[in-house]
Amino acid sequence: MAEPVLDLRGVSKSFGALRATDNVSLTLKPGEIHALIGPNGAGKSTLMALISGKLPPDSGSIHFRGQDISRLSVAQRARLGLGRSFQISSLIPEYSARRNVMLALQARQGHPYRFLWPVMRDRGLMDPAREVLRRVGLEGRASVPSAELSHGERRLLEIAVALALEPRAFLLDEPMAGMGTDGARRLTAFLDKLRAEAPILLVEHDMDAVFALADRVSVLAGGRIIAAGPVAEIRANAEVRRAYLGEEEGA
Amino acid sequence: MAEMRREWIVNAVLAMALLIVPLVALWINEPFYVTLATRVAILALAGVGLNLALGLGGMVSFGHAAYFGLGGYVAGIMAHHAFTGLPMWIGVTGSNQMLWIWLWAALLSGFLALIIGALSLRTSGIFFIMITLAFAQMIFYFTLSWPAYGGEDGLPIFVRNQFPGLNTMRPWDMFILSYGVLMLALVFFAMLRAARFGAALMAIRQNPDRAAAVGISPFGVKLAAFVLSGMITGLAGAMMADLTRFVSPAMIAWQMSGELIVIIILGGVGRLFGPVAGAAILVAFEVIFGGITEHWQFFLGLILLGVVLFARGGLIGLLAGRARHG
Ligand SMILES: Nc1ncnc2c1ncn2[C@@H]1O[C@H](COP(=O)(O)OP(=O)(O)O)[C@@H](O)[C@H]1O
Ligand SMILES: [Mg+2]
Repeated sequence: MAEPVLDLRGVSKSFGALRATDNVSLTLKPGEIHALIGPNGAGKSTLMALISGKLPPDSGSIHFRGQDISRLSVAQRARLGLGRSFQISSLIPEYSARRNVMLALQARQGHPYRFLWPVMRDRGLMDPAREVLRRVGLEGRASVPSAELSHGERRLLEIAVALALEPRAFLLDEPMAGMGTDGARRLTAFLDKLRAEAPILLVEHDMDAVFALADRVSVLAGGRIIAAGPVAEIRANAEVRRAYLGEEEGA
Repeated sequence: MAEMRREWIVNAVLAMALLIVPLVALWINEPFYVTLATRVAILALAGVGLNLALGLGGMVSFGHAAYFGLGGYVAGIMAHHAFTGLPMWIGVTGSNQMLWIWLWAALLSGFLALIIGALSLRTSGIFFIMITLAFAQMIFYFTLSWPAYGGEDGLPIFVRNQFPGLNTMRPWDMFILSYGVLMLALVFFAMLRAARFGAALMAIRQNPDRAAAVGISPFGVKLAAFVLSGMITGLAGAMMADLTRFVSPAMIAWQMSGELIVIIILGGVGRLFGPVAGAAILVAFEVIFGGITEHWQFFLGLILLGVVLFARGGLIGLLAGRARHG
């Protein structure tokens, strides 16, 4: 078995009396898509926030490529190679699609303190930005401020920004949310190929996508992992839990 | 793109106007207006500094008078020692050379901004406003109670400090010097805004979580911008001290911090020529309504309210449309 890229060991997080993450252990291995499913309020986004560094864990540790990152900031973890997308699109609203991608590229290249050279004449940013936008099919919308993009386009731009980081692992929080069946199908095909670049921890409500993509599935409820295993196993399990899986449809 | 071009035209017209008004004043022998234009240029320079923090970085500092006043006191104190011949500190003597004074004004203001920024930039919103105000008030009361350099009476500069090749006592020379420094600061601001640093800074203002998620630490970038901002405003303070040939705690009072914010809002937050437009409006108000009523600030307040409610982009926004970032 290959060494996991991401390794959570007994991670817990409480908000007051609410245990939003309860002793969660899971791994993300090279080349795989590991799906995280569960009803609304199960703690999926909280877990993503713990991994990305937005929230500090109360206990447990998070290891990324062999290094304990539990105490690092969001920015430090991103620079180590954690590329995330947000459940609710979180872009730079006044920046065009191109400049949102360029921001990720400049951060990845590691020169935030270049004071005088204009970015719009920086081939080292403009060329790769064009390529990244082309990959997600947004090349025709490069100059549009992200606030003026459609919902679906913003979801794609979220992916493009994560791509631009060339991360060692993707954390995608409901990338299909509100994409429509057509968009979701295309994004599914895209993510299917993406796993070859870096493994994906995927939070997703769209069960068709999850069952089509995931190598492994972990089911979260009440902050705890109540089932985990290969897709086939969970799917069989899901039959038993139809009532439970059904309740989070459309949420 | 059309909006970009329109903004450049507006900027060029403003830059020309600020040059032509004192020229005409000189022509018709009204040096008062030359000095007024100099005042606009120096206030605009202070505004360029604040615009960096507030406009690009979203850091609403209500204490920028601290850097303005510190710069002023650096000029006043160095000139005072050059005049009296008394050493400032062991071995360090005063100076009446503007370039040397500006260097110290900028460095010390930057250092002050580094300390205040490091202590306050973890907060945001109203807390940041109150903390920056509190630091400036501390310095204000310190100068008020520090007798060595005039205390509340302030400190006069008997002869303006010197600049190579110019006679700074002549209004036109003082104007063109201030105008030149303002234009350099605007070029610096424009380049900074277009560069990676500006891209990171403006991104942090709009969405700090996104900036962090791509690996940009908001704190470091904001602190660097805050220091640069303090340096420019400090430089402006040193020049203002030379223009009025006087420094006093009033330069550090909260009203001064407020005036700098008003300049930015009137002109257009984050716009390159916002501080120039804002400073011109402020000084015009002071002159036109200041002569009629001592409550001219009330009318300024009304205009400000109007801008906040109906013209959020300030004068530049009104004339050139919304800002675009390509
Ligand atoms: N910052 C917070 N403060 C308090 N409670 C929170 C916070 N974030 C999430 N929660 C709570 O934690 C639980 C898990 O939320 P979340 O992780 O968003 O679930 P999911 O993404 O699976 O729908 C919910 O009950 C939610 O109300
Ligand atoms: Mg969620």
